[in-house]
Amino acid sequence: MNNPPDISQDPAEHEEYAHGVHQHVMRYVMVGVTLLVFTALTVALSYVNFGTAKANIVVAMLVATFKAGLVAAIFMHLAAEKRLIYRVLIFTAFFVLGLFFLTYLAWYNPIVR
Amino acid sequence: MEIPYTISTRPDTGLWNAKVGIWLFLASEVMLFGGLFSAYIFLRLDALPGEWPHGLLNVPVGAMNTAILIISSVTVVLAWAALKMRRYRAYWWYMLVTILCGIIFLVVKLTYEWPQKFEHYGAKLKPEALAKYEKYLGNERRTEKGLEPRVEITGHLENHEALADPNIKEFEIGLDPVYVEPNNPANDRPHFFYVPPTDHVAKIDKEDVERNTSFGPWHNQYFATYFTITGLHGLHVLGGVLVFTYMWLPVSKKVYQRNPEHLANRVEVSGLFWHFVDLIWIFVFPLFYLL
Repeated sequence: MNNPPDISQDPAEHEEYAHGVHQHVMRYVMVGVTLLVFTALTVALSYVNFGTAKANIVVAMLVATFKAGLVAAIFMHLAAEKRLIYRVLIFTAFFVLGLFFLTYLAWYNPIVR
Repeated sequence: MEIPYTISTRPDTGLWNAKVGIWLFLASEVMLFGGLFSAYIFLRLDALPGEWPHGLLNVPVGAMNTAILIISSVTVVLAWAALKMRRYRAYWWYMLVTILCGIIFLVVKLTYEWPQKFEHYGAKLKPEALAKYEKYLGNERRTEKGLEPRVEITGHLENHEALADPNIKEFEIGLDPVYVEPNNPANDRPHFFYVPPTDHVAKIDKEDVERNTSFGPWHNQYFATYFTITGLHGLHVLGGVLVFTYMWLPVSKKVYQRNPEHLANRVEVSGLFWHFVDLIWIFVFPLFYLL
């Protein structure tokens, strides 16, 4: 049907392809090392006093967001993905932000008993 | 009937079907964890001064578990790349490392981090009794310095029988170091390394205690959210380990021999799930261990 039953690739063509994958491998390892370094950084920064507890939370969340962005962009291949997946994720972002906004409303304007 | 587009891409989306499927599933997962994280934010913002504890988790162990998840995220993507390069042997080894990392993560959680909490007790004091225990709490100095007050005394409960026996009027708590030297500036911020309870036993009148429980999910809102979120996250790790194990066993080699791209695609979608689990942990670690 829609799937090729067997892939008997031309060896020369496959060599070229494998070479391309190999270059990616180096990048994955580098991203992994970066994530480990930033984990250490998160821990170190949490023992630095940025003035208020809120400031420390903001700093930690900025580092975490950067790390999460790296995972999503490189490991999850979101840096170059098809349009349909971006569309799904735009909807997801919309709804999850809506969810957090409800929390904000509940906190800002609480039910008083 | 053959399932269509497991290997080749659908012309209209440019994707093979499982990839669309996993992303829809991850979208629902974002909502699931999003709800729990917004509950965390809500409870934390609403916590009374001093009631959101800090520094009760073991930071080096948590950081090590974070590193283990990151390493496994790298190895799973390398396993996928190995399949793309048609190196089954390398795939097999990378997958094995990934599975072991997942198992180590769970073992650390279930045999060390969680059980330790169930043995640690905290007596939440009634507001009017706080002044009576000033020598353990050091709240006068904390108020002067603009720090949140201490509202509970924690440590190792020496007389467990006091929990059930109404004739025993006092709890005997082997104090955590913070309460031995409450005015020491070194105790103003959480310690990096775990410091066990001391031999210094404090006697606390039951009448002054609102409740005295172990650090389980019932202890306070912090531990309730901690156990809910790390518990759900742990179940995800377990799920990932099971799927990876299936794809690592000889049964999956048959898929590889029939069509290597098919196994590569399976590894890719389960890898996407694994990266998502890692991504959740990237937020869990600072929120619960550090802040």
